[in-house]
Amino acid sequence: MTYKYKNVYIKDSALVGGKYEQEGPLKSFFDKTYKDFYFGEATFEQAEVKIMKDSIDVLLNKVNKKTSDLDLFIAGDLSNQIVTSNYVARDLNIPYLGVYNACSTSAEAILIASNMIDAKQASNVLVSVSAHNLMAEKQFRFPTEYGGNKLKYTTFTVTCGASILLTNEKSKIRVESATLGKVNDMGVTDVNNMGGVMAPGACDVILTHLKETNRDISYYDFVLTGDLGLYGKEILKELMSKNNVNLDKYNDAGVMLYDLKNQDVFAGGSGPSCGPSVLYGFILDNMKKGKMKRVLYVPTGALMNTTMVNQKMTIPCISHAISLEVVE
Amino acid sequence: MENISKEEYQKIVKKHTPHEDRLKNGIIVFIAGGIMGVLAQILMQVYINFFNLASSDASVLVIITFIVLACILTGFGVFDKLVRIFKAALLIPITGFAHAMMSSAMEYRKEGFVTGIGSNIFKLTGTVILYGVVSAYFFGMIRYFIMGA
Repeated sequence: MTYKYKNVYIKDSALVGGKYEQEGPLKSFFDKTYKDFYFGEATFEQAEVKIMKDSIDVLLNKVNKKTSDLDLFIAGDLSNQIVTSNYVARDLNIPYLGVYNACSTSAEAILIASNMIDAKQASNVLVSVSAHNLMAEKQFRFPTEYGGNKLKYTTFTVTCGASILLTNEKSKIRVESATLGKVNDMGVTDVNNMGGVMAPGACDVILTHLKETNRDISYYDFVLTGDLGLYGKEILKELMSKNNVNLDKYNDAGVMLYDLKNQDVFAGGSGPSCGPSVLYGFILDNMKKGKMKRVLYVPTGALMNTTMVNQKMTIPCISHAISLEVVE
Repeated sequence: MENISKEEYQKIVKKHTPHEDRLKNGIIVFIAGGIMGVLAQILMQVYINFFNLASSDASVLVIITFIVLACILTGFGVFDKLVRIFKAALLIPITGFAHAMMSSAMEYRKEGFVTGIGSNIFKLTGTVILYGVVSAYFFGMIRYFIMGA
């Protein structure tokens, strides 16, 4: 299902990152970075709350708005019961929608916000996502100090708080349309192979988007997936070419965010804030400068938890597509 | 995605999934594991010669030394980095067991002594203890019936 929007604009965005993001090639697009994993808090969970809150503070400062100017806060993250978003919402004191689509949460949140703004149900909607590498390691894998060896195709959770303000006030970039994705499951059980799990989701939603908007892929100056990683990216390209779509102006945020040769991040970044960490910084900046005019953002999410993985269930995935356009 | 079957998709995934360099890893572990053994032997001789210990006491002391070292290095956040280099050579000996317990204890320290450390310290090593005891029982039985008491 594709929605077209007439008056949904991006006011501004903010990115707050951690140590690895600070050392990556896109460091200059972060508004603020931390050198450690605690950010002055006692635990990783509390640190993640802090980094999401930080991104909101930076954003509101940039656009010169107070929380009382906002109609709604939509947020999601990876922690159990999306507790990071819940604790940030507790302090904001505005209406809140907690959403979860794993690593495609940002697209889900932007889509809901855009629908509400377009339907004139809200005028200023704050959308935030976050992730914390060590919080995710602890929750999904092993204790953080445990030195289990990682496979080459494992991805590395991006530590980042990412916020974006969507509004009905005209600005340079608008949300042009969005396509809701379906849940796909191609039978992958290897939890380390996130690219393999999630590539079908991206393929499915891109094909649906192109069909429902009657567009060719060349309509877009750039296609950005969220966190397929080095190997998942190749899987998606092959899937697309089997469907006669040639993805040449395409890259994956997990691959762009880090220097894969020199940083110890295996197949690249992942997590709900991986896509936004490139979209809200590098991509929006390029759009503002007019280097890219139309961008399709397709973050992918693996819809599993450790219980289902241990029960040897195959891992389903989802992806939504967001089309952004420079306002002429 | 209707035009690609699950079997076909598995083949595509397999094609784009890199293999681990098992031979290289095996050689690293063989050499590093051997060095670990040599170090343990040297330490044992030191305990025997300088502290006048019986070899059975000295070997226990060597194990304790390795456990303490692994725990301290885990606490300082060094051990996981060493494991990335020397791999299973550090995980298979007693150091791996100590490291697994220590890292679990550290991870859940902030969640309380009972609900945190107490219920999570055996998170990784519980498996080793359970199946270690079970297999010891069975091998003990087999030995008893074949070789006698």
